[in-house]
Amino acid sequence: MALLQITSPHLRGKNRTASVMQWVLLATLPGFVALTWFFGWGVLINVVWASLLALVSEAAIVKLRKRPVMFYLGDYSAVVTAVLLGLALPPFAPWWVTMVGILFAIVISKQLYGGLGSNPFNPAMVGYALLLVSFPVEMTTHWATPSSLTELPDFLSTLQYIFGGGNLNIDGVTMATPLDTYKHQIDVLTREEVSQLPIFGQHVALGWEWVNLGFLAGGLLLIWRKIITWHIPLSMLAALAVCSLVLGWDPDRYTPVSIHLLSGATMLGAFFIATDPVTAATSRLGKLYYGAGIGILIYIIRTWGSYPDAVAFSVLLMNFAAPFLDYYTKPRTYGHRKAHRGIKKSD
Amino acid sequence: MAKSYLEITQDGLWKNNPALVQLLGLCPLLAVTGTVVNAIGLGLATMLVLTGSNIAVSLIRNFVPESVRLPAFVMIIASFVTCAELLMQAYTYELYEILGIFIPLIVTNCSILGRADAFASKNPILPSALDGFMMGLGFTLVLMLLGGIRELIGQGTLFTGMDLLFGEAAKSWQLTVFEDYPNFLFAVLPPGAFVGMGFIIALKNIIDNRMKRSAETKKEAVTTGSKRVRVTGTIS
Repeated sequence: MALLQITSPHLRGKNRTASVMQWVLLATLPGFVALTWFFGWGVLINVVWASLLALVSEAAIVKLRKRPVMFYLGDYSAVVTAVLLGLALPPFAPWWVTMVGILFAIVISKQLYGGLGSNPFNPAMVGYALLLVSFPVEMTTHWATPSSLTELPDFLSTLQYIFGGGNLNIDGVTMATPLDTYKHQIDVLTREEVSQLPIFGQHVALGWEWVNLGFLAGGLLLIWRKIITWHIPLSMLAALAVCSLVLGWDPDRYTPVSIHLLSGATMLGAFFIATDPVTAATSRLGKLYYGAGIGILIYIIRTWGSYPDAVAFSVLLMNFAAPFLDYYTKPRTYGHRKAHRGIKKSD
Repeated sequence: MAKSYLEITQDGLWKNNPALVQLLGLCPLLAVTGTVVNAIGLGLATMLVLTGSNIAVSLIRNFVPESVRLPAFVMIIASFVTCAELLMQAYTYELYEILGIFIPLIVTNCSILGRADAFASKNPILPSALDGFMMGLGFTLVLMLLGGIRELIGQGTLFTGMDLLFGEAAKSWQLTVFEDYPNFLFAVLPPGAFVGMGFIIALKNIIDNRMKRSAETKKEAVTTGSKRVRVTGTIS
């Protein structure tokens, strides 16, 4: 009898990279629809344009690296990167902003490090951080006004504006995000006056609350499908909530917890960006620390930093720490009394 | 041991380039290469210091005991840096203001002390002077290349502000490559220098590999061509 000479794993799951990525794409839909509903066609145009660019640049760089092009395009990872970046961009970002971000994300932060699985930093967030640092005007002033407050431009004029034409009065349809507004208005107004501002709507933050609930629903779908585990989102949201309850307990001085959790990119970050299997910590305990670190950093940067949102920088900073966290949180392996972690004293 | 002048030149400009191969002096290299003119300014100052210190170190190489050679070299380098600083202050004051702390910091540029210790303290004056000049030139060329890339990507121009270094006539040298260009701050800020430097080093390695491969194929071609022709026996 010939002995089987194949190394483990002998049991294989049915999940392929492509199907995981397709589920992620599917799970972004509720938030995606809410974003498009409240902030106009620009979101859809950004996502489609980003996906096109991502596929073309991924194909080009994979070809340049002499790897099978169709195999790598078929895993949908480039599309996921593009969709996440497209959702994070302001709806009226000009076409070249998206292009620079995608090229940097796919070519430099993913493929130059060796492609999917070898990139130390989340590509979409590298692209986003690059754009935020490089084009502060386009990235922070082009956020759309929620559709119930103003007449948002129709599909064609949005398309024309993004691709550098048309005579859209951009100042009439853009305004600061609720996070930014609260942070700056609370210096001069009281809590009641700030919450009367139209941008905060009936509940928490007009439009944003539904966008975040949409991403929350998508995230729960991913947890149910066992594509992500609950550790990172839970610890991240918990850390953010605890920080804003303890450090920012006074809503007359700091942004309240409801706005922290339900506006900006909080839910998108918690369920879709921080949980990237390549760049996050992998052990259970490590994931808890990793998520908590992101939550704390988001609070710090949002409160004392000068950028309107903080998810990208927090995720990138914790990406740096992920190998370290994994090293010190190795689980106990079967057959050993305790886990081997860190450097032994005898060494 | 002794290198020919050609080898010294090749080493400085390409094979052992201080910026691309030795990776020395990266701090000023990454910090001030925002525009071509800054790069040239710092490059010239470094070249001056490197040549001068190499000559001086070579002159005293037989009189300084081994144990105190490094303090002596640093003193010499510091004197030359002070000269360069005063010269720039006198003739190109605005550029001196822009480069700021990075001119006095040439003292700590490790490629200068490196050349003093590795080359000038073991070689006569002429080769040492040439080595200093060529190393400085190699450094300056890399600075200029990186400065050009960053200026082009960051601001869409080339050779802007050359009048700071070359007088009023140079004001018209500015090339606006892209009209109406939104400044790409990433390239202007230091992270852009890291990425640009990485690409330049990669490019050099690609060229080196190509040259090595073509040299190998040439060698093979010679061996196949020198097969002895059979001259005895009958040719069927």
